[in-house]
Amino acid sequence: MKLPLAMTTDETIIEMAAIRKVYDTGKIKVEALRGIDLDISKGEFVAIVGPSGSGKSTLMNLIGCLDTPTSGTYRLTGQLVAGMNKDALATVRNRRVGFIFQNFNLLPQISAYENVEMPMLFGGVPRRERRRRIEELMERVGLADRMEHKPTELSGGQMQRVAVARALAMDPDILLADEPTGNLDTSSGGDIMGLFQNLWEQGGTMLVITHDAALARRAARQVEIQDGLITRDTGRPEADSAARG
Amino acid sequence: MTSVLNSLRQLARDLRSQKLRTFLTTLGIVWGTVAVTLLLSFGQAMHKQMLKNVLGLGNAIVIAFPTATSKPFEGIGKGRPIRVTEDDIELIRKRATLVDAISSEYADTLQLKLGTKTMAVDVSGVSPEFGEMRNMIPQMGGRFLNPIDEAQKRRVAFLGNELAEDLFGSADPVGQIFRLHGSPFTVIGVLEPKTQDSSYSGRDKDKAIIPSSTYRALTGQKYVELFIFTAADVQQTVPATDEVRSILAGKIRFDPTDKEALMIWDTTEMFQFMDSFMFAFKAFLAIVGSLTLVVGGIGVSNIMSVVVEERTPEIGVKMALGARPRGILRQFLAETLILTAVGGSIGLLITYGICEVWPAGMEEFIGIPKVDTQVALLTASLLGLIGFVAGFFPARSAANLDPVVAMKMT
Repeated sequence: MKLPLAMTTDETIIEMAAIRKVYDTGKIKVEALRGIDLDISKGEFVAIVGPSGSGKSTLMNLIGCLDTPTSGTYRLTGQLVAGMNKDALATVRNRRVGFIFQNFNLLPQISAYENVEMPMLFGGVPRRERRRRIEELMERVGLADRMEHKPTELSGGQMQRVAVARALAMDPDILLADEPTGNLDTSSGGDIMGLFQNLWEQGGTMLVITHDAALARRAARQVEIQDGLITRDTGRPEADSAARG
Repeated sequence: MTSVLNSLRQLARDLRSQKLRTFLTTLGIVWGTVAVTLLLSFGQAMHKQMLKNVLGLGNAIVIAFPTATSKPFEGIGKGRPIRVTEDDIELIRKRATLVDAISSEYADTLQLKLGTKTMAVDVSGVSPEFGEMRNMIPQMGGRFLNPIDEAQKRRVAFLGNELAEDLFGSADPVGQIFRLHGSPFTVIGVLEPKTQDSSYSGRDKDKAIIPSSTYRALTGQKYVELFIFTAADVQQTVPATDEVRSILAGKIRFDPTDKEALMIWDTTEMFQFMDSFMFAFKAFLAIVGSLTLVVGGIGVSNIMSVVVEERTPEIGVKMALGARPRGILRQFLAETLILTAVGGSIGLLITYGICEVWPAGMEEFIGIPKVDTQVALLTASLLGLIGFVAGFFPARSAANLDPVVAMKMT
């Protein structure tokens, strides 16, 4: 079952070198990441796996600029992230990355439509353009008929699909998903995985953190983390199309 | 432009999605505004009404009642009655430099006849100056006594508004003729209704006022019942009173230090009393108002800080999606301002409403409450400021958290 090769170019999206993250609570210092080197290119589908407490969520938060590293250098689409002010970081989060969380993190009081609209409000997208884009995205995740529903009126799988639409709203360079199937039943989880596969085949760059072996296997490249260090990296697949099955 | 519209859109959405807290915050501001503005409106109405009531008696007048000597003087023992004639009043009018205006008043209850009606009426004979000094304002179409009435001993009368109504009902009394003590009198004017909470011989609304010259001719009365005067300087009623007393003492021979020969009622003392009373009353209102504001402010701050705490994860999510810390702060500011504006307006409307439907029957005691818009605006802004400060600091620290930390707070 050969699938068409997704575009993998030399354009590097993520360059991390010697990244360390220490949580200092005053009494105890916890070293969550102890020197991570990781490069991810445009068009890759990378799964980060590892036991809980290994530091994979910390890594994802750093990649997404939700948190800042203690030391090391990190470039996102060639831009050095360290030293950026809060506004610049907000712009990076808005334009460059799209987040998908285990617990969806949708705002419960507003409709699916308005949830998807939110990043575009922050990004200053004009109203007409927002509407067009939301309709297109909701169509793409198969929820065109659920736009006015509130998150509480949707199933878990549907909520996560709204979250995917929201993550795609600003057409980011990379999609970051932290245990996206963790709160879903097998069938909804399968749907989400299918959706990711789809997005990747259309040229998206995906980074997924997961416990789910099935989801991890779908990724072309697997990176394993233990105790804050990368212990295994299958590397860029180059022409290894078998990994895409 | 787009970004302004966008933030307004976000704002509308947030207010809509947080109905309970929007309601509670607004309620706090509404309550604070109503409490403070109503309190101050009623306080001011009371002050005005008290002033009006006092002015009903007269405009800073001194009332003097001739009685009897309490000290022996020039060989005559004490207890001699003091009798003041119109000539004595004329002497004071000419000599006293500290006195602005003076009027004698002769008074008795006389028989009045109109057609088949006969009644006993309090009648006063006074000088034309009496009208202004005692705030006797004629209704439209009428006038008070004038110097010609006095000089020609005209048989004309100025009637209290209730007496006029008793006599003539709804008909226009001016020009009507009735008989007083057997002589015909023409009505020249009717008193404009006024509130009067003190008097020395019945309320003005029930009286008939005629020229003093006419009165003396009609009744043969020689001595004044009393006389009233005003000081050229309202603050100087005491020296003016001393001057009046010494002129009289020289003319009708009594000890000028005999304070009881003339019984004095200085109504400006009431003003002084009222001033200190109102000062205390306003201080009381200010304290109650401040406490109300503080309580309201604490309510608003509580709500705002709970709101920020509750919404920290939401702030985290928004920042993960690209909201700027400044944008989040601006949103809190805008929300507080809108809630304050809405709450303040509702509070003002309620206060206006209460003042509007306030029963007129209470007017004599506390007057007509009127809303002080400045006070209302100040109150609402103060509450808004308190709410803003209370919301601003927690919002700022939430917006300064790393998004991942904020998202995990519950």
